[in-house]
Amino acid sequence: MHTIMQQLINGISLGSIYALLALGYTMVYGIIKLLNFAHGDVYMLGAFWGYFVINYWHFNFIFALISTMAITALVGVIIEFLAYRPLRHAPRVAALITAIGVSYFLENGMSYLYGASARSFPQVIKQHNYHVAGISISNIQIIILGTAIFLMVALQFVIKQTKMGKAMRAVANDPDAAQLVGINPNHVISFTFAIGSALAGAGGVLIGLYYNSIDPLMGMTPGIKAFVAAVVGGIGSIPGASIGGFLIGILETATQAVGLSAYKDAAVYVVLIIILLVLPSGIFGKNKKEKV
Amino acid sequence: MKKTFKRIAMGFAAAAMVAVMAGCSSSAKAKGNNASGNTIKIGVNMELSGSVAGYGEQQKKGIELAVDKINKAGGIKVDGKKMKVKAVYRDNKSSTTGSASVAAQLVNNDKVVAVVGPATTNDSTAAIPNVTKASVAMVTPSATDAGYTMQKSGKVQPYAFRACFTNDYQAGAAARFAYTTLKSRRVAILADNSSDYGTGLAKAFKSNFKGNIVSTQYFQEGDKDFNATLTSLKGKKFDAIYAPGYYSEIGLIVKQARQMGITAPIIGSDGMGDPALAKIAGSSNATNVYYSTPFSTKSADTNSTVKTFMSDYQKKFNAEAPTFSALSYDSVYMVKAAIEKANSTNSADIAKAMGKIKNMNGVTGKMSVDSKHNPEKTVSIEQMTDGKIVKATQLSNMGR
Repeated sequence: MHTIMQQLINGISLGSIYALLALGYTMVYGIIKLLNFAHGDVYMLGAFWGYFVINYWHFNFIFALISTMAITALVGVIIEFLAYRPLRHAPRVAALITAIGVSYFLENGMSYLYGASARSFPQVIKQHNYHVAGISISNIQIIILGTAIFLMVALQFVIKQTKMGKAMRAVANDPDAAQLVGINPNHVISFTFAIGSALAGAGGVLIGLYYNSIDPLMGMTPGIKAFVAAVVGGIGSIPGASIGGFLIGILETATQAVGLSAYKDAAVYVVLIIILLVLPSGIFGKNKKEKV
Repeated sequence: MKKTFKRIAMGFAAAAMVAVMAGCSSSAKAKGNNASGNTIKIGVNMELSGSVAGYGEQQKKGIELAVDKINKAGGIKVDGKKMKVKAVYRDNKSSTTGSASVAAQLVNNDKVVAVVGPATTNDSTAAIPNVTKASVAMVTPSATDAGYTMQKSGKVQPYAFRACFTNDYQAGAAARFAYTTLKSRRVAILADNSSDYGTGLAKAFKSNFKGNIVSTQYFQEGDKDFNATLTSLKGKKFDAIYAPGYYSEIGLIVKQARQMGITAPIIGSDGMGDPALAKIAGSSNATNVYYSTPFSTKSADTNSTVKTFMSDYQKKFNAEAPTFSALSYDSVYMVKAAIEKANSTNSADIAKAMGKIKNMNGVTGKMSVDSKHNPEKTVSIEQMTDGKIVKATQLSNMGR
């Protein structure tokens, strides 16, 4: 029982990072129907920014996190402006291929500039383990979970309660109609990229702190898994992405817990295939008919 | 019209020149490439970008240092004439297809007389056909799979050499160390499943270890979370963990294991031999950690070759030398030893001489190349306490 609880905690800590990443995927997809495969690399950039400001400017954790979110938001907006905006009316597959190109550019650009070796993330917060009823949980796991949940709630607030959020929902629903009522879709799309990338950047710093190891290719696998999480939750759905992230984290942990560690990635992709076959719109996805 | 004619004429002239040049090389008849002028060109087929660029970069540094050092000392003496060395670096992008095409480029276009690299077994094996066709020897600093130097028929590959241990040799040493020195009877294995290196070592450890293997779990290169696997291991009874892989992942395993209260010894392989290991794991966690290595920084205290290598490396790159750099450094010196032994810059002669290297004094130990093109040298087991290497035990010639 203790082991199961412990594994659940492991799974939830991992899942909260996937959830933060999945939110970015799902928001961008919801608005411009683009799978932004460079999203995982924005998360990597966030981790590197956190690394540099903590090491060289001696930021504390909170400032590092906030500055990272600001910088990655900017990066997200720039990527959208340079790479995706010119292709707004191009076929979807062109934008998708561009996203893969941006991803490779960021990965190899960072390897070229800063070297491909893994580096250790400065430990600004010292790890303590709390033992509650036989299971141990570290302060860093609590910080990760707390930050992730806080950001998700904040996001939900922005989308449901603010004017910009309303505009985002409007553009997602029907961009042309939104434009007719005076919404500038370009602003809304930039804003979406900013928020999604800020969340990814936050995830990068949290991961750096948790695992203490960052490298230019660190965004690849988590990026793909977050994509699976977004699909499982129902791509385009914000609560779906959060739940999907946690589910994928727990699934991965469970696979390892039963001794099938070699197949943990495979398990995630099997789930992707099953979901696409059985429930293509995901858990929370709206079953919308495509207009022909 | 005139312009077109001119172009055609130039095309013909170029074609004729190529034909003449081709005639030249075929009239020489001898196999292999030769050095031209006063420079010996050594090709470097290396993972400089892509998934294992981290290893490639370190190896490149070792090669740069070795080439610098040889040239500062005047070069390599061939037939009474000192010749400078020039390394030609080409990136294989951590892919087998890249490695094969880079090998072809190096031996056919750059006309190198020997190749150093690639870093991984898969990429190295992919390069063999092209270097063999051109009769150019290649030395890999770190391809550890026993099959790499062997042909399918069981004969040795005439142009494939390595500077590192084979998996069997290294894992065998680790297994004996665990059983005899640490007195471990029950061992759990946690191996890197994404390379021949990790799976090969795990397999060799299993067949060499006299005690029980409690559990064998795998991870992928690039994984960051081992909590789940370690939590389930924690419930089992074991005396030690054998974790063959590279420092980037093993560092995290050490960290996460210690943080959840697993204090059993963790034994790894030479891929762990990097100063970054202790940084990633956290110094206080890197205790009761052991790994087999051909190159012990500890031996700098007694061995002057290692000492100068360490200080030169520190001076040039402002960092402590990792194992990968030491191995690539030795690979270049193996080429040098072979050229001197052959007293020729003909690549086929160099390959022949390389198979006969005896007692070369490298930074990774005194080595002789055996009949299977593997280096015979001693294994050390380094012990870490609080992130520092406190002891190096030499396991010399304990039989293969």
